[in-house]
Amino acid sequence: MSYYSATDNFVLLPAILLALFGCAVLLLDFVFSGLRRPALLACTLLGLAFCGAALWRQQAYVNSGVGDLIAFGGALTIDRFALFFNWLFLGTSALVALVSLGYLDRKKTPQAEYYALMLFAQCGMFFLAAGTDLVTLFIGLELMALSFYVMVGFLRREKRSNEAAMKYLLLGAFSSGILAYGFSVLYGISGSTRLSDIATAVSARGPHDPVLFLAIATTAAGALFKISAVPFHMWAPDAYEGAPTTVTAYLAVASKTAAFALLLRLFLGPLESARTIWSPILAVVAVATMTLGNLAAISQNNIKRLLAYSSIAHAGYILLGLVAGNDTGIQGISVYLLVYTAMTTGAFLVVLTMSDGEDIADLGGLAKRKPWLAMLMLLFLLSLAGLPPTAGFWGKYYIFLALIQTGHYTLAVIATLYIAVALYYYFRIVRFMFASDAENPAPETSFGLRLALGVTAALTLGIGIYPEPFLKVAQNSLMGAP
Amino acid sequence: MTDHLLSIVLFTPLAGLLVLLLIPSGNSALLRIWANMAAFAGFLVSLPLVFRFNASASGFQFVERADWIPSLGVHYALGIDGISLLLVMLSTIIGFIAVLCSWQSVQSREKGYYAMFLLLQVGVIGVFISLDAFLFYVFWELVLIPMYFIIGLWGGPRRLYAAIKFFLFTLVGSVLMLLGLLALYYLHFQQFGFNSFEISDLMKLNMPLATQQWIFWALFVGFAVKVPMFPLHTWLPDAHVEAPTGGSVILASVMLKMGTYGFMRFSLPLLPAASADRVVVQIIAVLSIIAILYGALVSLVQPDWKKLIAYSSVSHMGFCTLGIFTLNANGLAGSMIQQVSHGISTGLLFLLVGMIYERRHTREISHFGGLAQVMPKFAVAFAIAMFASAGLPLLSGFVGEFTILQGAFQANRTWAVWAVFGVVLAAAYLLWLYQRTMLGKITHDENRVLPDLSWREGAVLLPLIAWTFWIGIYPKPYFDILAKPVAEIVARVHR
Repeated sequence: MSYYSATDNFVLLPAILLALFGCAVLLLDFVFSGLRRPALLACTLLGLAFCGAALWRQQAYVNSGVGDLIAFGGALTIDRFALFFNWLFLGTSALVALVSLGYLDRKKTPQAEYYALMLFAQCGMFFLAAGTDLVTLFIGLELMALSFYVMVGFLRREKRSNEAAMKYLLLGAFSSGILAYGFSVLYGISGSTRLSDIATAVSARGPHDPVLFLAIATTAAGALFKISAVPFHMWAPDAYEGAPTTVTAYLAVASKTAAFALLLRLFLGPLESARTIWSPILAVVAVATMTLGNLAAISQNNIKRLLAYSSIAHAGYILLGLVAGNDTGIQGISVYLLVYTAMTTGAFLVVLTMSDGEDIADLGGLAKRKPWLAMLMLLFLLSLAGLPPTAGFWGKYYIFLALIQTGHYTLAVIATLYIAVALYYYFRIVRFMFASDAENPAPETSFGLRLALGVTAALTLGIGIYPEPFLKVAQNSLMGAP
Repeated sequence: MTDHLLSIVLFTPLAGLLVLLLIPSGNSALLRIWANMAAFAGFLVSLPLVFRFNASASGFQFVERADWIPSLGVHYALGIDGISLLLVMLSTIIGFIAVLCSWQSVQSREKGYYAMFLLLQVGVIGVFISLDAFLFYVFWELVLIPMYFIIGLWGGPRRLYAAIKFFLFTLVGSVLMLLGLLALYYLHFQQFGFNSFEISDLMKLNMPLATQQWIFWALFVGFAVKVPMFPLHTWLPDAHVEAPTGGSVILASVMLKMGTYGFMRFSLPLLPAASADRVVVQIIAVLSIIAILYGALVSLVQPDWKKLIAYSSVSHMGFCTLGIFTLNANGLAGSMIQQVSHGISTGLLFLLVGMIYERRHTREISHFGGLAQVMPKFAVAFAIAMFASAGLPLLSGFVGEFTILQGAFQANRTWAVWAVFGVVLAAAYLLWLYQRTMLGKITHDENRVLPDLSWREGAVLLPLIAWTFWIGIYPKPYFDILAKPVAEIVARVHR
């Protein structure tokens, strides 16, 4: 066995490119200190483009039906699952990078470190989606989390940003510890860190095995923290509120999606055979998450906090797909994550235009000043609530169908009724935008922001009205994987 | 049968909407003219449906079918039978009239208002012509958003409360309905091995009674909120009272029928055993009778003119649901006629109240009196609308209620006896209203100078007045159109 084969290189290429370009951005800024800021953005986007090209080639390879790409003796696997998630990460990074320039200028912060951290975080996400080894997964998670700790606290002079970063760091480190403990127990069970070996060991144990239960509970706790599921959600509203808005969007979308990749890799992979243990736990967690997210969102006045609670609620819905666990449910998760990426990013982009306040009231009268911006926000909010014909509906559609198919009728009724609750708080925002006469300064929109808004809006409406191609993509992504 | 008449009817308002968006929002005259033209065009393109409709053919006509989302078995399937035909015509006519009557009453943000109205038209027409349960659901939800804005932005003082209440009530119902439809969809997959939301496919399902009942109640919530049936009616008075005149008219005349239509298109044909189940029928009949009597009694004591009419809707729609669940031909046909008749008469009443409100800016009944002396034409129009609503012979209300009572008498005499009280009470609250507002001396001096109906207001009212006379005097074409579809439903339920 060669030490570092061509396949290894091919599999690792996107991550290598991301890391290299991350360093390049830092160096550029260091060497040419008078460099204009758009050049940094251009360098970042170039890195993302290269990463995309690498992913494209991997996708072509996997599509050709030769099989999955396995590297480093099974530590990394590029399959449809990994590629689907990496495309999501790439899209989110590109959108967020695009709109960061104007935002960071407004906040008067250095930019090179910011872009570099974004690329490093995405590098970590790559390992979360592609990793099939406990160590790889853990390193990916930590790389992502460390980058985010810094990014959340990026506005050094703002107290809220510092506080958010501190909370996120402390709680995040704690949860990583628990996750590492869970991993160590899994290693103890199987004597290997490869997921395939763990799968064999887990299925050899009975459903009432206490050690297995311990391993699952701790692993789940670590992963549930990252997707901000109840009872590990406490960090999310504070971190979302305090972080720079672009980082909030990145955190809410990419970080959460990556954590779901980890969760799915573990629970549909080696832990699948222990479904009887974790399914009821996750069902309870999902209902609690939807309940808390939706109910707490009602009374929020800060729009970033509101969206934080709403994203907690969404995590609950997605978990229900895992609870249902059949093909429709799994497909539903990928559809949900796809539409969640588009609509949540879009909603945060609108928040990004608010220059001097982040309370819902600051959106007052938006329909008069910028009608098209208010219409777009309405579209994103309808989609978040899950009304047809927007993309958000399709995520919920699959989840409900899966719950009915598997006979989880009570869960289905609870989940549907929370749509009405969600609509209520989303429409508080709509009410301010359309029915208030408040005189707020007109929001500023840069070209990058308009472009990003256009893309997310087109996706949100496009997937809603003609979902066929997107459903196909999502369908393929999780079939037979992980 | 491959022409696209129904698609044209469905998308004409949407085309009008897209052009409307190009008109600058400052140019309110042009916006008004264009919105009226688009709504009128929507009516014109729906006329061929009447002329080319074949009342003696069974099944659906003007059927269009195309794949929408093949992997889920969702089709773009349109078609109408006699039931849909009446409701589509009601929608296009009332839709146009509601746009027309907003000429003066809406003076701010006209562009948004008319855009919402045209979008609403697409939604309601879509609901009545969809042959695919999924498509039906999409249109059903689509209706909510423009209606929220029409109430919430152009309504009365408590508009925002009323708008969100309306939205939430309907949404809770409709998501449960979605679960019911998904359950049918899944059962279809289990039994036939392929995905389909089409109603004709879902009709082939073979389900035990218990399953049917669960799905029935899931759908029931969705439809009953919309009708609205007691005790889910509490959104209605708020929404009707706060909505601008055009909104109230559409809401009462067309949107309430979405609920009854749902019963006739989904509950009865798809879940015949549950619909014919003794307990289910008893529960719904009792709820309908409570709605009839309760709505009428509450109307009797309303001090607010518009709220009185809103509660009278609860009472009249109670007749419609009672008619449906008599499960016989008379009851169903009567229910349909009553739905159209209620659309016309309540539409008229709301229009007339709107006209008074524009003049006086109050709707307190006690602020009026002796209006017949200053506004004779208005008083005549109001009398006709009132008698149509109360069910005077020769007007449309009589035909509908009489046929429903006939059906109720066949099904269960007790129901008929109780429901007759509703007719009596309706006469009471309407005549009393008329007496207090129109007859007697002029009690308030402000009312002495009120102008009578203008030609434009007359033009708004006349078509509806003519229509109510037509149904009242010669209802045969309506019964002819309804005979086939009603017979099909009855045959399915009593199989």
